[in-house]
Amino acid sequence: MSRTRQFLDKLHPYFAHGGRFERLYPVYEMVDTFLYTPPDVTSGATHVRDAVDLKRVMTYVWIATIPCMLMAMFNTGYQANVAMEAIGLQSAPGWRGAILNIFGYNSANPISDLLHGALYFLPIYIVTIVAGGLWEVLFSVVRKHEVNEGFFVSSILFALTMPPNAPLWQVALGISFGIVLGKEVFGGTGKNFLNPALTGRAFLYFAYPASMSGDAVWTAVDGFSGATALGLAALGGVDGITQGGISWWATLFGFEKGSLGETSTIACLIGAAFLIYTRIANYRIIAGVFLGMVATSTLFNIIGSDSNAMFGMPWYWHLTLGGFAFGMTFMATDPVSAAQTNMGRWIFGGLIGFMTVLIRVVNPAFPEGIMLAILFSNIFAPLIDYAVIKVNISKRARRHV
Amino acid sequence: MEAYINLFIKSVFIENMALAFFLGMCTFIAVSKKIETAVGLGIAVVIVQTLTVPANNLIYTYLLKEGALAWAGMPDVDLSFIALMACIGVIAAMVQILEMVLDKFFPALYNALGIFLPLITVNCAILAGSLFMIERDYNFGESVVYGVGSGFGWALAITAMAGVREKLKYSDVPPGLRGLGITFITAGLMALGFMAFSGIQL
Repeated sequence: MSRTRQFLDKLHPYFAHGGRFERLYPVYEMVDTFLYTPPDVTSGATHVRDAVDLKRVMTYVWIATIPCMLMAMFNTGYQANVAMEAIGLQSAPGWRGAILNIFGYNSANPISDLLHGALYFLPIYIVTIVAGGLWEVLFSVVRKHEVNEGFFVSSILFALTMPPNAPLWQVALGISFGIVLGKEVFGGTGKNFLNPALTGRAFLYFAYPASMSGDAVWTAVDGFSGATALGLAALGGVDGITQGGISWWATLFGFEKGSLGETSTIACLIGAAFLIYTRIANYRIIAGVFLGMVATSTLFNIIGSDSNAMFGMPWYWHLTLGGFAFGMTFMATDPVSAAQTNMGRWIFGGLIGFMTVLIRVVNPAFPEGIMLAILFSNIFAPLIDYAVIKVNISKRARRHV
Repeated sequence: MEAYINLFIKSVFIENMALAFFLGMCTFIAVSKKIETAVGLGIAVVIVQTLTVPANNLIYTYLLKEGALAWAGMPDVDLSFIALMACIGVIAAMVQILEMVLDKFFPALYNALGIFLPLITVNCAILAGSLFMIERDYNFGESVVYGVGSGFGWALAITAMAGVREKLKYSDVPPGLRGLGITFITAGLMALGFMAFSGIQL
């Protein structure tokens, strides 16, 4: 038996029934089952045997975000270093400067880029984990349910959708809203109807638009302002982006301004491949979102418009810009808030793709649409399932008369 | 034609009666437990709204508005101060007539709608439809489109709400929030999703 196991077993009596820390059992249980497979087996008559439980599912999703995390750090640092060169800044302010001065601020130096980005990404992620984790543990202790790894996923997804310059207290506030009102008031993981990470993100977006949108928040350098590729596109279409010095390949690999983890389409697609291969994410939702987006953007291309340049944006630009790939891979496939029937998943995905392009093109208030499109489709997911089931029932009834 | 389509889309999504203006909340929350009944009530609202908004439009334009009575030789009379009362009266009367007509000719639909039909008399989304119509100076054609659109938007919202609430049956809501509390939170979160449309200019 390993030392960790022995240590955990030694602690067990304190947390078990009648122990001194009985109330904190969910915390013990969380650590224990995260490290080791629980020995409990189902004893009822009917049960499913599967090697994968909820904890492993959530851990896999977290693993799938690793490419996005790396790109989040690398690209954030790269953008910051480029911006510092552009405005002639020699050193980053505050504690970050003290560390970064060792490695310099050369945008061509990958270590400097990675480190610079990490110093912005890690504080946001740590605050998310701490603030969200406090709520999660509080609810599980008071309501006596297990601490669930669903939070593990919500927190990384939430952190990756933050702009690099997001104030940390707002990060804490946003994840609190997402975890408490998006999930815990409904009873925890698996019982909510909106994606918790996106609920928190949308709350911040509407509550503090100044630090969640605009031109100044997308680069981790104070006093530097630069629009995201979608922001450029909203003004000048695809020409606006290319004139801004951003090629399609740059948006594909993720060297553009934007929220931390959303910029790199390639990183998201690697994550998507992993999730589909492990059968955690349902390919029908991803395909539905993609097809819905292609169909809608092609439709807008055909309609055309003289005054709105976004009408002419082809689908492969829609795919790489903004958070589309990120939302399609990680947010739309959330098995809890998505549609549950196979046919429903196609429709649900299609609705997200359609709404995303619609908001991007037609709604001048929001340059990016995937966040609200997913929330909007979450609302209609139960209704889609209901309709699919009803149709199926009547189809079978007709077949067997 | 394009103006009418724009008005329809606007009244269904952008200015959704339930989730953008939070009107008709009492029925929205009380009758959204099951999808079937929500659909029934939604249809009833669409019908009533389609009838009352144009009817109020005619009454307002030809009887109440300043100078509306010119055809009767009284061009200086301005009865717009009783518009509110007139709208309420028209809605109540219309719902009564509709109820009787349905009872007589469509008993199946009448039974399906049951108590919801008289309930609609006091649904503030219906009254708001007429008052918005007066405030925004819609002509007759626009008022028909607005009536259908705002009714349909409300029906869509309550159906989605019922779907979500059927899903939430399996939730484990803290005891203090069960019932109304969680429903209000749900409605608020749904409104967050409907923010997707705010800002679209038509």
